[in-house]
Amino acid sequence: MSFYIASSPHAHQRRTTSQLMRIVALAMIPGIIAQWYFFGWGVLLQIGLAVATAYAAEALCLQARERSAFGGLRDNTALVTALLLAVSIPPLAPWWVIVIGVAFSIVVVKHLYGGVGQNLFNPAMAGYVVLLISFPVQMTSWLPPIELAGSHPSLWESIHIMLFQYSTAGYSVEQLRMVETGALLDAVVMATPLDHIRSDLSQGMTLSESLRAPIFAGIAGLGWQWVNLAYLAGGLVLLQQRVIQWHIPVSILATLALCAGIGSVIAPDTLPGLDIHLLSGATMLGAFFIATDPVSAATSNRGRLVYGALIALLVYLIRSFGGYPDAVAFAVLLANLCVPIIDKYTKPTTYGHGSAARRDTKQASSSSKGGN
Amino acid sequence: MSDALNQAADTAADSTPGSTELTDTSQVDYTEVPTLVRNGLWENNPALVQLLGLCPLLAVTGTVTNALGLGLATLLVLVGSNVTVSLVRGFVPNEVRIPVFVMVIATFVTLVELLMNAFTYGLFMALGIFIPLIVTNCAIIGRAEAYASKNGWQLSAIDGFMMGLGFAAVLLVLGAMREIIGQGTLFDGADLLLGAWASHIRIELFAVDYPLLLAVLPPGAFLGMGFIIAAKNWFDHKRKLKAQPQLAEKVARARVTSN
Repeated sequence: MSFYIASSPHAHQRRTTSQLMRIVALAMIPGIIAQWYFFGWGVLLQIGLAVATAYAAEALCLQARERSAFGGLRDNTALVTALLLAVSIPPLAPWWVIVIGVAFSIVVVKHLYGGVGQNLFNPAMAGYVVLLISFPVQMTSWLPPIELAGSHPSLWESIHIMLFQYSTAGYSVEQLRMVETGALLDAVVMATPLDHIRSDLSQGMTLSESLRAPIFAGIAGLGWQWVNLAYLAGGLVLLQQRVIQWHIPVSILATLALCAGIGSVIAPDTLPGLDIHLLSGATMLGAFFIATDPVSAATSNRGRLVYGALIALLVYLIRSFGGYPDAVAFAVLLANLCVPIIDKYTKPTTYGHGSAARRDTKQASSSSKGGN
Repeated sequence: MSDALNQAADTAADSTPGSTELTDTSQVDYTEVPTLVRNGLWENNPALVQLLGLCPLLAVTGTVTNALGLGLATLLVLVGSNVTVSLVRGFVPNEVRIPVFVMVIATFVTLVELLMNAFTYGLFMALGIFIPLIVTNCAIIGRAEAYASKNGWQLSAIDGFMMGLGFAAVLLVLGAMREIIGQGTLFDGADLLLGAWASHIRIELFAVDYPLLLAVLPPGAFLGMGFIIAAKNWFDHKRKLKAQPQLAEKVARARVTSN
C-alpha cells in the first residue's frame, strides 16, 4: 500500500478551470448590463457574435490539433476571451471587426502557442491590439452614453448598422455619434472621456476647460463611471469567491491612484486626476478581469504585486504621455512580456530555507570557500 | 581608404592568372554546386534558417515591389562582394579581414545605391535608408566570412547568387503575403521598379474598404515571418516523417524473417 503524498496547500476547494471561468463570465454580467444600458443593443450583439466566433475557432483549432473537441469547448476559456474582447470594442463596430479579433485571439494567440494554459499573452488583449492598430477608425467610434444621446438605436437598427454601417434611415455611425449641444456648435461627435481630454489637451486647452464638456457631468464621465463601478462590483464578487487573489487588482488600483495623485499635484492643468483615471476607460475591467488572467499573469504573490504595479505604471504613462487615450491592452501585453523575469526574481522560498537573498549570499560564500 | 581598397581589388583581379588563383581555377570542384543551390534556397536559407538580415526583411516587405527591389539589390551586392572577397582573400591579413569585407560590401552597396538612384528613383525613395543599410546585412558579411574567404571565386559567386536568391525569395513571399492581406493587391507600384509598362501588371485581387493595417505595419512582418518559418519547419517535419516509415518497415520485415 502506498500513501499519496500531496504538497501543500492541504485544504482544497476543488474547482475545475471550467467552473472558474464560468464564475468569471458570470461576474461580468453587472458590467455588461451597465454597458447595455448606456450604449445600447450593440453590446449584446457584439457579445453574441464574439462567443459564436470563439467557439467555432476553438472547435476548428482543436480539430486541427487532434484534441478532443468537447474537453476544450467545455472549459469556458474561449467564452471569457470572447466576452472580454466584445465588451472592449465599440458597440456598433462592423461585424467583421469582432470576428477578426476573436479569431486572431483564439487561433494565433491561444492555440498556436499551445492552447489553454500555454499562451504567453492575454488572448483577448492581443486581439484587441490587433484590431486597434488595424482599424483605428472603427475601434474608436464609441456611441455617446444614454444620458447624452437620449435614445439608442433599436435592436433591429443595431443589427442593420453592424451589417452595413448605416442605419435603416441612412444615417452613418459618425452621424449617430453626434450629440446636439445648445452652445456654439449644433452638434459634436462624441468621444469617450479619455479621448475627449486627450484631444482637448492637444489643442492647447487646460484640463479644467476640457472637464466642462457635457460628458463630464458625473464624477468621471457619464456612463463610463457606472460601467466601471459595475465591473468593480463584479470584481469584488470574484475576490469573495476566491477566483482571483487581491494582489493584482489592489496593486493596479493603488499604483494608478498614486501616479494620478502625484501627477495632479505636479501638473493639475494637464494631467487628469484620480477620479478620471480610476473610473474611466477600462480601468476596473482591466484590474479585475483582464490582468488577473491566471495563465499570462505572474504566479507568485509578490510577483503579482510587481506585475500589477507595472501595468498601472504603463497605463498611466501611455494615457498621459503616449499616443493612445487608453492603454490597458498595451500595458497588459507589455507586462505579460515581463512575466518570466518577474517570476524569476520573485520566486518564493520553501518554508524554513531563509530568504532567497540570504541563501544566495550563503551559497556564494560557501562556493568561494570551496574555490579557495 | 576606398582607393586603396579598389587598388587591392584591381591587383587581385589582375593577378587572377597568378599562382594562387591558378591553382584554384584548376581545382574548382563543381560537384559542390547542387549542395550550394540546396543550401541557399532551402536548407540554410539566410532568412528562414540563419535568420540573418531580418531588419530590411521585416521593414521593407510591405509590397511585392519593394521586396523585389531590395531582394535584387541584396542579390547583386552579395554576388559582387563574394567574388571580390574570394579574389582578395590571399592578400588580406586575417586580423583585418572584417574591415576589409565591410569596405568591399560598402563599395558594392554604393554602386547599387547610385544605380537605383539613377534608374529607379521612385523605388529608391520608397526603400530609403534600407538601401545603404544593406551594408549591415549580416547575411552578406556572413557569406563573406563563412564561404567566400575560404573558397575560389567561381564557387563563391554561385554561393552568393543562391543565397541572394533564397533571401530574395523569402522577401517576395513575405511581401506578397503582406500586400494581399493588407490591401488586396499584387505588384502595386511595380512601375517604380520596372518602368512605366509595369503599371499594367498591378493585380487587384479584391477591393478593401479598410486595409488591414496590421499586415502593412511592422507587426505584420513579424507575424508573417513567423508563419513562413513555421511553414518551412512543418514541411521539413512532414518530409522527415515520410522518410521514416520506410525504415520502420524494413525493421519489421527483418523481425518477421528472424522469427
